[in-house]
Amino acid sequence: MSTILRAEGVTRVLPGPQPVTLVRDIDFALSPGEFVAVTGPSGSGKSSLLYLLGLLDRPTEGRISIEGRDTAAMSENELAATRLARLGFVFQFHFLLPEFTTLDNLLIPMRRLGRWDEAEREDRARALLASLGMDEAAGKLPEQLSGGMRQRAAIARALANDPALLLADEPTGNLDTRNARTVFDIFERLVADEHRSVIVVTHDQEQAARAPRQVRLVDGRIVHDSARD
Amino acid sequence: MRAETPFVALDRVSLTYGGEGGGTLAVEGLDLAISRGEFAAVVGPSGCGKSTLMKLVTGLAPASAGSVAVGGQRVAGPLKIVGMAFQNPTLLPWRTTLDNVLLPLEIVEPHRAAFRRERARHVERARALLATVGLAGFEGKYPWQLSGGMQQRASLCRALIHEPELLMLDEPFAALDAFTREELWGVLQDLWLVRRFTCILVTHDLREAVYLADTVHVMSARPGRIIATRAIDLPRPRTLEGSFEPHFVDLVHGLRDRIAAARAEA
Repeated sequence: MSTILRAEGVTRVLPGPQPVTLVRDIDFALSPGEFVAVTGPSGSGKSSLLYLLGLLDRPTEGRISIEGRDTAAMSENELAATRLARLGFVFQFHFLLPEFTTLDNLLIPMRRLGRWDEAEREDRARALLASLGMDEAAGKLPEQLSGGMRQRAAIARALANDPALLLADEPTGNLDTRNARTVFDIFERLVADEHRSVIVVTHDQEQAARAPRQVRLVDGRIVHDSARD
Repeated sequence: MRAETPFVALDRVSLTYGGEGGGTLAVEGLDLAISRGEFAAVVGPSGCGKSTLMKLVTGLAPASAGSVAVGGQRVAGPLKIVGMAFQNPTLLPWRTTLDNVLLPLEIVEPHRAAFRRERARHVERARALLATVGLAGFEGKYPWQLSGGMQQRASLCRALIHEPELLMLDEPFAALDAFTREELWGVLQDLWLVRRFTCILVTHDLREAVYLADTVHVMSARPGRIIATRAIDLPRPRTLEGSFEPHFVDLVHGLRDRIAAARAEA
Protein backbone atom coordinates (compact mmCIF):
# COMPACT_ATOMS: atom_id res chain seq x y z
CA MET A 1 0.00 0.00 0.00
CA SER A 2 1.54 3.26 -1.05
CA THR A 3 -0.62 5.67 0.92
CA ILE A 4 -1.24 5.48 4.65
CA LEU A 5 -3.39 8.50 4.98
CA ARG A 6 -5.24 10.61 2.45
CA ALA A 7 -7.28 13.79 2.91
CA GLU A 8 -9.31 15.03 -0.07
CA GLY A 9 -11.00 18.42 -0.02
CA VAL A 10 -11.25 18.36 3.75
CA THR A 11 -12.96 21.28 5.46
CA ARG A 12 -13.87 21.44 9.14
CA VAL A 13 -16.35 24.03 10.36
CA LEU A 14 -17.31 24.43 14.02
CA PRO A 15 -21.04 25.01 13.96
CA GLY A 16 -22.72 27.73 16.03
CA PRO A 17 -24.31 31.15 15.65
CA GLN A 18 -21.03 32.29 14.12
CA PRO A 19 -19.50 29.20 12.48
CA VAL A 20 -15.72 28.99 12.60
CA THR A 21 -13.77 27.37 9.78
CA LEU A 22 -10.82 25.53 11.31
CA VAL A 23 -9.30 24.13 8.11
CA ARG A 24 -10.47 24.29 4.49
CA ASP A 25 -9.86 22.45 1.22
CA ILE A 26 -7.09 20.28 2.58
CA ASP A 27 -5.55 17.83 0.11
CA PHE A 28 -2.84 15.73 1.62
CA ALA A 29 -1.46 12.22 1.08
CA LEU A 30 1.09 10.48 3.22
CA SER A 31 3.30 7.54 2.24
CA PRO A 32 5.06 5.08 4.56
CA GLY A 33 8.41 6.40 5.75
CA GLU A 34 7.52 10.07 5.30
CA PHE A 35 8.50 12.65 7.90
CA VAL A 36 6.36 15.78 7.67
CA ALA A 37 6.64 19.00 9.65
CA VAL A 38 3.50 21.14 9.74
CA THR A 39 4.17 24.77 10.61
CA GLY A 40 2.18 27.99 10.56
CA PRO A 41 1.13 30.90 12.75
CA SER A 42 -0.93 30.37 15.94
CA GLY A 43 -4.54 29.76 15.05
CA SER A 44 -3.72 28.66 11.50
CA GLY A 45 -5.40 25.31 12.09
CA LYS A 46 -2.35 23.10 12.64
CA SER A 47 -3.75 21.26 15.64
CA SER A 48 -7.21 21.00 14.06
CA LEU A 49 -5.58 19.36 11.04
CA LEU A 50 -3.69 16.95 13.28
CA TYR A 51 -6.90 15.96 15.08
CA LEU A 52 -8.54 15.28 11.71
CA LEU A 53 -5.59 13.29 10.37
CA GLY A 54 -5.42 11.43 13.71
CA LEU A 55 -9.08 10.37 13.32
CA LEU A 56 -10.01 12.24 16.51
CA ASP A 57 -12.34 14.54 14.61
CA ARG A 58 -14.41 14.20 11.45
CA PRO A 59 -14.46 16.58 8.50
CA THR A 60 -17.52 18.70 7.74
CA GLU A 61 -16.79 18.28 4.03
CA GLY A 62 -14.38 16.10 2.11
CA ARG A 63 -12.94 12.69 2.85
CA ILE A 64 -10.22 11.16 4.98
CA SER A 65 -9.09 7.62 4.36
CA ILE A 66 -6.61 5.50 6.26
CA GLU A 67 -4.85 2.63 4.53
CA GLY A 68 -7.48 2.73 1.82
CA ARG A 69 -10.53 2.82 4.12
CA ASP A 70 -12.87 5.79 4.02
CA THR A 71 -13.32 6.97 7.61
CA ALA A 72 -16.80 8.36 6.90
CA ALA A 73 -18.05 4.77 6.76
CA MET A 74 -16.38 3.83 10.06
CA SER A 75 -18.17 3.87 13.44
CA GLU A 76 -16.61 5.56 16.49
CA ASN A 77 -15.57 2.13 17.76
CA GLU A 78 -13.88 1.29 14.47
CA LEU A 79 -12.07 4.61 14.53
CA ALA A 80 -10.91 3.96 18.10
CA ALA A 81 -9.69 0.48 17.15
CA THR A 82 -7.84 1.88 14.13
CA ARG A 83 -6.19 4.58 16.23
CA LEU A 84 -5.18 2.03 18.83
CA ALA A 85 -3.58 -0.34 16.32
CA ARG A 86 -2.19 2.01 13.65
CA LEU A 87 -1.60 5.46 15.17
CA GLY A 88 0.48 6.85 18.02
CA PHE A 89 0.02 10.28 19.59
CA VAL A 90 2.41 12.64 21.33
CA PHE A 91 1.41 16.05 22.67
CA GLN A 92 3.14 18.97 24.36
CA PHE A 93 2.03 17.63 27.72
CA HIS A 94 3.07 14.03 28.35
CA PHE A 95 -0.32 12.75 29.58
CA LEU A 96 1.31 9.98 31.59
CA LEU A 97 -0.96 8.89 34.41
CA PRO A 98 0.64 10.23 37.61
CA GLU A 99 -0.31 7.38 39.92
CA PHE A 100 1.16 4.65 37.73
CA THR A 101 4.70 3.66 36.82
CA THR A 102 6.20 4.25 33.39
CA LEU A 103 5.90 0.53 32.70
CA ASP A 104 2.20 0.49 33.59
CA ASN A 105 1.65 3.54 31.42
CA LEU A 106 3.22 1.70 28.47
CA LEU A 107 1.19 -1.44 29.12
CA ILE A 108 -2.15 0.40 28.89
CA PRO A 109 -2.43 0.54 25.08
CA MET A 110 -0.94 -2.93 24.66
CA ARG A 111 -3.41 -4.50 27.07
CA ARG A 112 -6.25 -2.82 25.28
CA LEU A 113 -5.02 -4.06 21.90
CA GLY A 114 -4.58 -7.60 23.23
CA ARG A 115 -2.14 -8.71 20.54
CA TRP A 116 0.51 -10.01 22.94
CA ASP A 117 0.37 -11.90 26.24
CA GLU A 118 1.35 -10.11 29.45
CA ALA A 119 4.96 -11.36 29.48
CA GLU A 120 5.48 -10.30 25.87
CA ARG A 121 3.91 -6.94 26.60
CA GLU A 122 6.27 -6.32 29.46
CA ASP A 123 9.29 -7.37 27.39
CA ARG A 124 8.16 -5.05 24.63
CA ALA A 125 7.70 -2.15 27.02
CA ARG A 126 11.14 -2.63 28.54
CA ALA A 127 12.77 -2.97 25.12
CA LEU A 128 11.07 0.22 23.96
CA LEU A 129 12.28 2.12 27.01
CA ALA A 130 15.79 0.75 26.51
CA SER A 131 15.78 1.78 22.85
CA LEU A 132 15.02 5.32 23.98
CA GLY A 133 17.82 5.27 26.54
CA MET A 134 15.70 4.99 29.65
CA ASP A 135 15.99 1.43 30.96
CA GLU A 136 15.76 2.64 34.53
CA ALA A 137 12.48 4.48 34.07
CA ALA A 138 10.25 1.39 34.01
CA GLY A 139 9.56 1.25 37.76
CA LYS A 140 9.45 4.99 38.28
CA LEU A 141 6.43 7.27 38.42
CA PRO A 142 6.20 10.17 35.95
CA GLU A 143 6.90 12.61 38.80
CA GLN A 144 10.25 10.96 39.34
CA LEU A 145 11.41 11.51 35.76
CA SER A 146 12.91 14.64 34.24
CA GLY A 147 10.86 16.58 31.70
CA GLY A 148 12.85 15.16 28.82
CA MET A 149 12.44 11.61 30.07
CA ARG A 150 8.71 12.07 30.57
CA GLN A 151 8.32 13.09 26.96
CA ARG A 152 10.42 10.11 25.81
CA ALA A 153 8.21 7.85 27.94
CA ALA A 154 5.21 9.39 26.19
CA ILE A 155 6.84 8.59 22.83
CA ALA A 156 7.50 5.03 24.00
CA ARG A 157 3.83 4.69 24.90
CA ALA A 158 2.84 6.06 21.47
CA LEU A 159 5.01 3.34 19.88
CA ALA A 160 3.79 0.52 22.11
CA ASN A 161 1.40 -0.99 19.56
CA ASP A 162 3.82 -0.72 16.65
CA PRO A 163 1.95 2.09 14.82
CA ALA A 164 2.41 2.92 11.17
CA LEU A 165 2.07 6.63 11.86
CA LEU A 166 3.08 8.85 14.75
CA LEU A 167 1.24 12.17 15.14
CA ALA A 168 2.87 14.79 17.35
CA ASP A 169 1.39 18.15 18.38
CA GLU A 170 4.08 20.56 19.66
CA PRO A 171 6.04 17.69 21.23
CA THR A 172 8.96 19.93 22.17
CA GLY A 173 6.91 22.85 23.52
CA ASN A 174 7.91 22.11 27.14
CA LEU A 175 11.49 21.05 26.44
CA ASP A 176 14.88 22.75 26.32
CA THR A 177 16.92 22.69 23.11
CA ARG A 178 18.88 19.57 23.98
CA ASN A 179 15.78 17.52 24.80
CA ALA A 180 13.98 18.93 21.75
CA ARG A 181 16.83 17.67 19.59
CA THR A 182 16.61 14.25 21.20
CA VAL A 183 12.89 14.04 20.38
CA PHE A 184 13.54 14.82 16.73
CA ASP A 185 16.50 12.40 16.70
CA ILE A 186 13.99 9.73 17.72
CA PHE A 187 11.53 10.79 15.00
CA GLU A 188 14.30 10.60 12.38
CA ARG A 189 15.20 7.12 13.53
CA LEU A 190 11.59 5.91 13.46
CA VAL A 191 11.41 6.99 9.84
CA ALA A 192 14.85 5.87 8.66
CA ASP A 193 15.23 2.58 10.55
CA GLU A 194 11.65 1.48 11.12
CA HIS A 195 9.96 2.93 8.06
CA ARG A 196 7.22 4.55 10.11
CA SER A 197 5.65 7.88 9.14
CA VAL A 198 5.73 10.93 11.38
CA ILE A 199 3.62 14.09 11.23
CA VAL A 200 4.74 16.75 13.64
CA VAL A 201 3.04 20.08 14.27
CA THR A 202 5.57 22.50 15.72
CA HIS A 203 6.58 26.08 16.36
CA ASP A 204 10.19 25.01 16.66
CA GLN A 205 11.70 26.21 13.38
CA GLU A 206 15.11 24.70 14.02
CA GLN A 207 13.72 21.21 14.58
CA ALA A 208 11.01 21.52 11.92
CA ALA A 209 13.70 22.12 9.30
CA ARG A 210 14.96 18.58 9.88
CA ALA A 211 11.84 17.02 8.34
CA PRO A 212 12.25 16.21 4.63
CA ARG A 213 8.69 17.28 3.88
CA GLN A 214 7.44 20.71 4.88
CA VAL A 215 3.80 21.72 5.02
CA ARG A 216 2.80 25.28 5.87
CA LEU A 217 -0.67 26.29 6.99
CA VAL A 218 -2.13 29.81 6.96
CA ASP A 219 -5.76 30.56 7.87
CA GLY A 220 -6.66 26.89 7.69
CA ARG A 221 -5.26 26.33 4.19
CA ILE A 222 -2.13 24.57 3.05
CA VAL A 223 -0.13 27.35 1.42
CA HIS A 224 2.98 25.27 0.89
CA ASP A 225 3.68 21.54 0.64
CA SER A 226 7.22 20.69 -0.39
CA ALA A 227 5.99 17.38 -1.82
CA ARG A 228 3.94 19.27 -4.39
CA ASP A 229 5.70 22.56 -5.07
CA MET B 1 -7.55 10.95 73.58
CA ARG B 2 -8.41 8.57 70.79
CA ALA B 3 -6.50 5.34 70.58
CA GLU B 4 -7.23 4.89 66.88
CA THR B 5 -4.15 4.88 64.65
CA PRO B 6 -4.27 7.66 62.07
CA PHE B 7 -4.64 6.53 58.45
CA VAL B 8 -1.93 8.94 57.37
CA ALA B 9 0.81 9.66 59.90
CA LEU B 10 3.89 11.80 59.44
CA ASP B 11 6.21 11.82 62.42
CA ARG B 12 9.01 14.41 62.63
CA VAL B 13 9.65 14.20 58.91
CA SER B 14 12.41 16.15 57.19
CA LEU B 15 13.27 16.18 53.52
CA THR B 16 16.35 17.72 51.98
CA TYR B 17 16.55 18.14 48.22
CA GLY B 18 19.89 18.17 46.47
CA GLY B 19 21.86 15.86 48.77
CA GLU B 20 24.42 16.51 51.50
CA GLY B 21 25.96 19.87 52.14
CA GLY B 22 24.41 22.23 49.62
CA GLY B 23 20.87 20.77 49.76
CA THR B 24 17.65 22.67 50.32
CA LEU B 25 15.65 21.77 53.38
CA ALA B 26 12.08 21.53 52.03
CA VAL B 27 10.31 20.36 55.17
CA GLU B 28 11.57 19.91 58.73
CA GLY B 29 9.98 18.38 61.81
CA LEU B 30 6.73 17.81 59.93
CA ASP B 31 4.04 16.13 62.05
CA LEU B 32 0.65 15.31 60.58
CA ALA B 33 -2.10 12.85 61.47
CA ILE B 34 -5.19 12.22 59.33
CA SER B 35 -7.93 9.76 60.28
CA ARG B 36 -9.48 7.24 57.93
CA GLY B 37 -12.30 8.89 56.01
CA GLU B 38 -11.21 12.39 56.97
CA PHE B 39 -11.08 15.26 54.49
CA ALA B 40 -7.90 17.21 55.27
CA ALA B 41 -6.68 20.38 53.60
CA VAL B 42 -3.15 21.74 53.69
CA VAL B 43 -2.63 25.46 53.10
CA GLY B 44 0.38 27.73 53.34
CA PRO B 45 2.47 30.38 51.63
CA SER B 46 3.97 29.64 48.20
CA GLY B 47 7.05 27.46 48.36
CA CYS B 48 6.22 26.15 51.83
CA GLY B 49 6.55 22.54 50.78
CA LYS B 50 2.90 21.61 50.22
CA SER B 51 3.82 19.62 47.12
CA THR B 52 6.68 17.99 49.02
CA LEU B 53 4.12 16.82 51.54
CA MET B 54 2.14 15.21 48.71
CA LYS B 55 5.27 13.43 47.47
CA LEU B 56 6.13 12.18 50.95
CA VAL B 57 2.68 10.72 51.54
CA THR B 58 2.45 9.01 48.14
CA GLY B 59 5.99 7.64 48.38
CA LEU B 60 7.33 9.69 45.46
CA ALA B 61 9.99 11.19 47.68
CA PRO B 62 11.61 9.35 50.60
CA ALA B 63 11.93 11.21 53.90
CA SER B 64 15.48 12.21 54.85
CA ALA B 65 14.49 11.77 58.52
CA GLY B 66 11.39 10.75 60.44
CA SER B 67 8.70 8.34 59.30
CA VAL B 68 5.71 8.36 56.97
CA ALA B 69 2.97 5.73 57.34
CA VAL B 70 -0.25 5.19 55.43
CA GLY B 71 -2.81 2.60 56.51
CA GLY B 72 -0.47 1.44 59.28
CA GLN B 73 2.31 0.61 56.80
CA ARG B 74 5.53 2.56 56.58
CA VAL B 75 5.75 4.22 53.15
CA ALA B 76 8.88 2.91 51.41
CA GLY B 77 7.96 3.41 47.75
CA PRO B 78 5.13 4.61 45.54
CA LEU B 79 1.72 3.72 47.03
CA LYS B 80 -0.78 1.70 45.08
CA ILE B 81 -3.93 2.71 46.93
CA VAL B 82 -3.97 6.34 45.85
CA GLY B 83 -6.05 8.27 43.38
CA MET B 84 -4.67 11.60 42.24
CA ALA B 85 -5.86 14.71 40.50
CA PHE B 86 -3.73 17.71 39.62
CA GLN B 87 -4.12 21.15 38.14
CA ASN B 88 -2.66 19.82 34.88
CA PRO B 89 -4.92 17.94 32.51
CA THR B 90 -4.17 14.23 32.46
CA LEU B 91 -7.05 12.94 30.36
CA LEU B 92 -5.68 11.17 27.30
CA PRO B 93 -6.61 13.26 24.25
CA TRP B 94 -7.14 10.19 22.07
CA ARG B 95 -9.65 8.53 24.39
CA THR B 96 -13.28 9.44 25.00
CA THR B 97 -14.37 10.63 28.44
CA LEU B 98 -15.74 7.20 29.29
CA ASP B 99 -12.57 5.43 28.17
CA ASN B 100 -10.51 7.86 30.21
CA VAL B 101 -12.50 7.15 33.35
CA LEU B 102 -12.09 3.39 32.82
CA LEU B 103 -8.29 3.65 32.58
CA PRO B 104 -7.35 2.76 36.18
CA LEU B 105 -9.47 -0.38 35.89
CA GLU B 106 -7.25 -1.49 33.03
CA ILE B 107 -4.18 -1.15 35.26
CA VAL B 108 -4.94 -1.78 38.92
CA GLU B 109 -5.42 -5.29 40.31
CA PRO B 110 -7.75 -6.77 41.41
CA HIS B 111 -9.90 -4.54 39.20
CA ARG B 112 -8.05 -5.47 36.04
CA ALA B 113 -9.08 -9.11 36.08
CA ALA B 114 -12.64 -8.20 37.06
CA PHE B 115 -12.75 -5.57 34.34
CA ARG B 116 -11.84 -8.11 31.67
CA ARG B 117 -14.51 -10.53 32.89
CA GLU B 118 -17.30 -8.04 33.39
CA ARG B 119 -16.61 -5.07 31.19
CA ALA B 120 -20.28 -4.16 30.81
CA ARG B 121 -20.82 -3.86 34.56
CA HIS B 122 -17.81 -1.59 34.97
CA VAL B 123 -18.82 0.54 32.03
CA GLU B 124 -22.19 1.03 33.74
CA ARG B 125 -20.40 1.97 36.95
CA ALA B 126 -18.30 4.55 35.10
CA ARG B 127 -21.39 5.97 33.39
CA ALA B 128 -23.16 6.23 36.74
CA LEU B 129 -20.15 8.01 38.26
CA LEU B 130 -20.01 10.44 35.33
CA ALA B 131 -23.73 11.10 35.79
CA THR B 132 -23.23 11.99 39.47
CA VAL B 133 -20.81 14.75 38.45
CA GLY B 134 -23.16 16.04 35.76
CA LEU B 135 -21.45 14.48 32.75
CA ALA B 136 -24.26 12.21 31.56
CA GLY B 137 -24.38 12.48 27.78
CA PHE B 138 -20.69 13.38 27.48
CA GLU B 139 -19.30 9.83 27.73
CA GLY B 140 -18.45 9.70 24.03
CA LYS B 141 -16.83 13.16 23.84
CA TYR B 142 -13.08 13.69 23.66
CA PRO B 143 -11.32 15.89 26.24
CA TRP B 144 -10.83 18.70 23.71
CA GLN B 145 -14.60 18.81 23.30
CA LEU B 146 -15.09 19.48 27.05
CA SER B 147 -14.66 22.71 29.02
CA GLY B 148 -11.89 22.90 31.63
CA GLY B 149 -14.41 22.34 34.43
CA MET B 150 -15.86 19.30 32.69
CA GLN B 151 -12.38 17.89 32.18
CA GLN B 152 -11.70 18.27 35.89
CA ARG B 153 -15.00 16.52 36.72
CA ALA B 154 -13.95 13.65 34.51
CA SER B 155 -10.50 13.64 36.16
CA LEU B 156 -12.15 13.26 39.57
CA CYS B 157 -14.15 10.31 38.25
CA ARG B 158 -10.99 8.76 36.89
CA ALA B 159 -9.23 9.24 40.22
CA LEU B 160 -12.10 7.51 42.05
CA ILE B 161 -13.26 4.74 39.71
CA HIS B 162 -10.95 2.14 41.25
CA GLU B 163 -12.14 3.16 44.74
CA PRO B 164 -8.77 4.19 46.13
CA GLU B 165 -8.50 4.47 49.90
CA LEU B 166 -6.70 7.79 49.62
CA LEU B 167 -7.37 10.66 47.24
CA MET B 168 -4.61 13.23 46.78
CA LEU B 169 -5.60 16.54 45.23
CA ASP B 170 -2.86 19.04 44.37
CA GLU B 171 -4.45 22.40 43.49
CA PRO B 172 -7.02 20.53 41.37
CA PHE B 173 -9.15 23.58 40.55
CA ALA B 174 -6.47 26.27 40.37
CA ALA B 175 -6.62 26.59 36.59
CA LEU B 176 -10.40 27.13 36.53
CA ASP B 177 -12.39 30.37 36.69
CA ALA B 178 -13.93 31.27 40.07
CA PHE B 179 -17.49 30.20 39.23
CA THR B 180 -16.45 26.83 37.87
CA ARG B 181 -14.13 26.29 40.82
CA GLU B 182 -16.93 26.92 43.32
CA GLU B 183 -19.23 24.61 41.38
CA LEU B 184 -16.64 21.85 41.63
CA TRP B 185 -16.35 22.25 45.40
CA GLY B 186 -19.95 21.05 45.53
CA VAL B 187 -19.22 18.19 43.13
CA LEU B 188 -16.25 17.03 45.19
CA GLN B 189 -18.13 17.35 48.47
CA ASP B 190 -21.00 15.24 47.08
CA LEU B 191 -18.58 12.52 45.97
CA TRP B 192 -16.90 12.51 49.37
CA LEU B 193 -20.17 12.44 51.34
CA VAL B 194 -21.19 9.27 49.51
CA ARG B 195 -17.82 7.52 49.35
CA ARG B 196 -15.93 8.80 52.40
CA PHE B 197 -12.46 8.21 51.04
CA THR B 198 -9.59 9.75 52.98
CA CYS B 199 -8.62 12.93 51.17
CA ILE B 200 -5.69 15.32 51.29
CA LEU B 201 -6.28 18.55 49.42
CA VAL B 202 -3.35 20.89 48.87
CA THR B 203 -4.56 24.37 48.01
CA HIS B 204 -3.75 28.04 48.39
CA ASP B 205 -7.45 28.91 48.29
CA LEU B 206 -8.56 29.31 51.92
CA ARG B 207 -12.27 29.40 51.11
CA GLU B 208 -11.83 26.15 49.21
CA ALA B 209 -10.08 24.60 52.22
CA VAL B 210 -12.79 25.70 54.67
CA TYR B 211 -15.63 24.69 52.34
CA LEU B 212 -14.30 21.17 51.81
CA ALA B 213 -12.22 20.06 54.77
CA ASP B 214 -12.88 18.59 58.20
CA THR B 215 -9.47 19.83 59.25
CA VAL B 216 -7.21 22.52 57.79
CA HIS B 217 -3.47 22.35 58.43
CA VAL B 218 -1.38 25.49 57.98
CA MET B 219 2.22 25.09 56.87
CA SER B 220 5.03 27.51 57.66
CA ALA B 221 7.37 29.05 55.11
CA ARG B 222 10.29 26.81 54.10
CA PRO B 223 11.41 24.61 55.69
CA GLY B 224 7.74 23.66 55.96
CA ARG B 225 6.12 22.26 59.07
CA ILE B 226 2.57 22.35 60.40
CA ILE B 227 2.16 25.45 62.54
CA ALA B 228 -1.60 25.36 63.09
CA THR B 229 -4.44 22.87 62.76
CA ARG B 230 -8.04 24.05 62.69
CA ALA B 231 -11.05 21.75 62.91
CA ILE B 232 -13.81 23.06 60.64
CA ASP B 233 -17.01 22.57 62.62
CA LEU B 234 -19.42 23.62 59.87
CA PRO B 235 -22.33 21.24 59.23
CA ARG B 236 -22.54 19.33 55.95
CA PRO B 237 -23.48 19.51 53.22
CA ARG B 238 -21.88 22.92 53.03
CA THR B 239 -23.20 25.42 50.54
CA LEU B 240 -21.89 28.44 48.69
CA GLU B 241 -24.41 30.64 50.52
CA GLY B 242 -23.00 29.28 53.76
CA SER B 243 -19.54 30.43 52.72
CA PHE B 244 -20.67 34.03 53.19
CA GLU B 245 -21.97 33.52 56.72
CA PRO B 246 -20.03 34.99 59.65
CA HIS B 247 -18.63 31.77 61.10
CA PHE B 248 -17.29 30.61 57.72
CA VAL B 249 -15.78 34.03 57.10
CA ASP B 250 -14.21 34.04 60.57
CA LEU B 251 -12.59 30.68 59.92
CA VAL B 252 -11.12 31.95 56.64
CA HIS B 253 -9.84 35.12 58.31
CA GLY B 254 -8.30 33.11 61.13
CA LEU B 255 -6.38 31.00 58.62
CA ARG B 256 -5.37 34.06 56.65
CA ASP B 257 -3.92 35.69 59.78
CA ARG B 258 -1.97 32.54 60.57
CA ILE B 259 -0.48 32.43 57.06
CA ALA B 260 0.31 36.15 57.13
CA ALA B 261 2.24 35.54 60.35
CA ALA B 262 4.06 32.60 58.74
CA ARG B 263 5.05 34.75 55.77
CA ALA B 264 6.28 37.52 58.05
CA GLU B 265 8.49 35.05 59.90
CA ALA B 266 10.09 33.96 56.64
